[in-house]
Amino acid sequence: MFMFEKALTGSRKYWTWIACLAAVVFLAFLAYLRQLDVGLGISGMSRDVTWGIYIAQFTFFVGVAASAVMVVLPYYLHNYKAFGRVTILGEFLAISSVTMCALFIFVDMGQPARVLNVLLYPTLNSPMFWDMVSLGGYFLLNAVIALVTLSAERKGIAPPKWIKPVIILSIPWAISIHTVTAFLYSGLPGRSFWLTAILAPRFLASAFASGPSLLILLCLLIRRLTGYDVGKEALRKLAVIVTYGMILNVFFLLMEIFTAFYSKIPEHMEHFHYLFAGLEGRDALVPWMWTSVLLAAVSLVLLMTPRFRNNQTLLPVICIVVFLSLWIDKGLGLVVGGFIPSPLGAITEYAPTLYEISITLGIFAIGFLMVTVFYKIALSVREQYTQ
Amino acid sequence: MIISRKKFLKLTGISMLAATGERIAESLAGTAPSAGPGSPRALTAKRWAMVIDLQKCAREDGCTACIDACHRTHNVPDIDNRAHEIKWIWKEEFKHAFPSAHNEYQAEHIESLPVLLLCNHCDNPPCVRVCPTQATWKREEDGIVMMDWHRCIGCRYCMAACPYGSRSFNWIDPRNDIAQLNPDFPTRTKGVVEKCTFCDTRLAKGELPACVEACPQDAIFFGDLDDAGSEIRQLLKSEYAIRRKPELGTKPEIYYIV
Repeated sequence: MFMFEKALTGSRKYWTWIACLAAVVFLAFLAYLRQLDVGLGISGMSRDVTWGIYIAQFTFFVGVAASAVMVVLPYYLHNYKAFGRVTILGEFLAISSVTMCALFIFVDMGQPARVLNVLLYPTLNSPMFWDMVSLGGYFLLNAVIALVTLSAERKGIAPPKWIKPVIILSIPWAISIHTVTAFLYSGLPGRSFWLTAILAPRFLASAFASGPSLLILLCLLIRRLTGYDVGKEALRKLAVIVTYGMILNVFFLLMEIFTAFYSKIPEHMEHFHYLFAGLEGRDALVPWMWTSVLLAAVSLVLLMTPRFRNNQTLLPVICIVVFLSLWIDKGLGLVVGGFIPSPLGAITEYAPTLYEISITLGIFAIGFLMVTVFYKIALSVREQYTQ
Repeated sequence: MIISRKKFLKLTGISMLAATGERIAESLAGTAPSAGPGSPRALTAKRWAMVIDLQKCAREDGCTACIDACHRTHNVPDIDNRAHEIKWIWKEEFKHAFPSAHNEYQAEHIESLPVLLLCNHCDNPPCVRVCPTQATWKREEDGIVMMDWHRCIGCRYCMAACPYGSRSFNWIDPRNDIAQLNPDFPTRTKGVVEKCTFCDTRLAKGELPACVEACPQDAIFFGDLDDAGSEIRQLLKSEYAIRRKPELGTKPEIYYIV
């Protein structure tokens, strides 16, 4: 396949890493076979909490995918040269994330064999149909952009002119994937936790903090492993983007809390009550949510102080803190919290089972596998070119 | 007899055509073997709706006649695990069914009054709006919110959208927990959503919904909301009736006389 041969040669370390990931995927596959056999009853989900860690991870990684726009936009629209070495990494991260999203949706289906019914009976009034369209389109756009620009680079020529409008199109498209994903939730009557106009902006803000954090971590990792350096300037700018994303995210969250708790409308408050204090003695998510708050506060202090933000040894720590905080908030609390209490006031808690965790880890491993292979290809092409 | 390949293809082609033709003719003539909504015996309405008299319903303590009848008729499994249970119709305390009508000084017999819950067959159903495959839809002719268990992909979006908790998902194979199989009604497979369908198959045969028929107190009334002369319209005119969460704009079509 296209430049794929670059991924087939590598050091012993490279192959060991690939083998480890493949082992995790294999275990997840076994767990999935069990789920296929028994049904989703092997999960921790219930009649009251009908979506769990799969859909929560889907939601979180749509954000990571969308955040590629934070490198694409400055580089291609504003001709910001410092992102020249990081843009391709952002695009490949987006492709891998979208693939993970599709897998998370797939493993959540009760009847996975029928999933193409969504295309067979296209339903324009369902946000889920539009989510499929926008995610599929985003995958295609990024795949085309990454492959065309990379192969031009390999040949040492300028990319074809027609790719520019495609790249421009990918910018609003990135915003659309996370907006439509927010619409999955924010248009449901009777689910007050999600029934808020600020959900889409909040999703985007958290995405623009968590995605670039992950990208910085990946950049630092490949610098250590391969010597490929995206440059100090690019890392600094990415950290600034994370800072603004995180500030906006916390700001939006506080606005939610104000509206709920100043209006004192019970159904708007009770989900926050459950998440941060527990209801009727049930409080499984409370330690998680406060950890998220604490990490968010620490990250804000570190990010907003230039001395810390620009410190190269502290930067990975800050990024991990941001990422964990947002992962708890969105990859755990946001989806599960919306179901507790249930419309009938029942407090049914949720915790993923070992099967669910294995399958989730397997999808993470597939994402890592894709990122590894893509980055290997991209870096091999660049090495060759610079030689 | 030796048949050449060409002849074989010709013969199969002709027989397939004949079979399809027969089907078309059948549907045109309306002689489909099962008694559909078009059958002369079928009960029909412009807008089916239900009125439940809660005082009558509460007369016999712990009565589950309608629930048993419904679940037996529709092969609803009896699953012990609360997380996986399937229910089409069930009882819930008044304060949970009508949270906005609750107050802490209300008489205990009101607060804990059992309320029969089932699909509200909303006129403006959010579950139908979100379903990505039209596996659940509102039937044009009589407003019943239907379910196609062969098309449902099991995404459970309808369950997130329903503000009444009326839908159940088959987390496991339901067939192991059906005490007595009713051969006249399909069982479901794991991985699909199900709920009350206002007994569309019984209506098609000219029978009232199983719960209505089974109620020993005659507390459940079923009829055409569009017909000013219908029993339920008379009841709604003379009694004070409430609906669950009407403020959400879903236009639920189950009315409760308190």
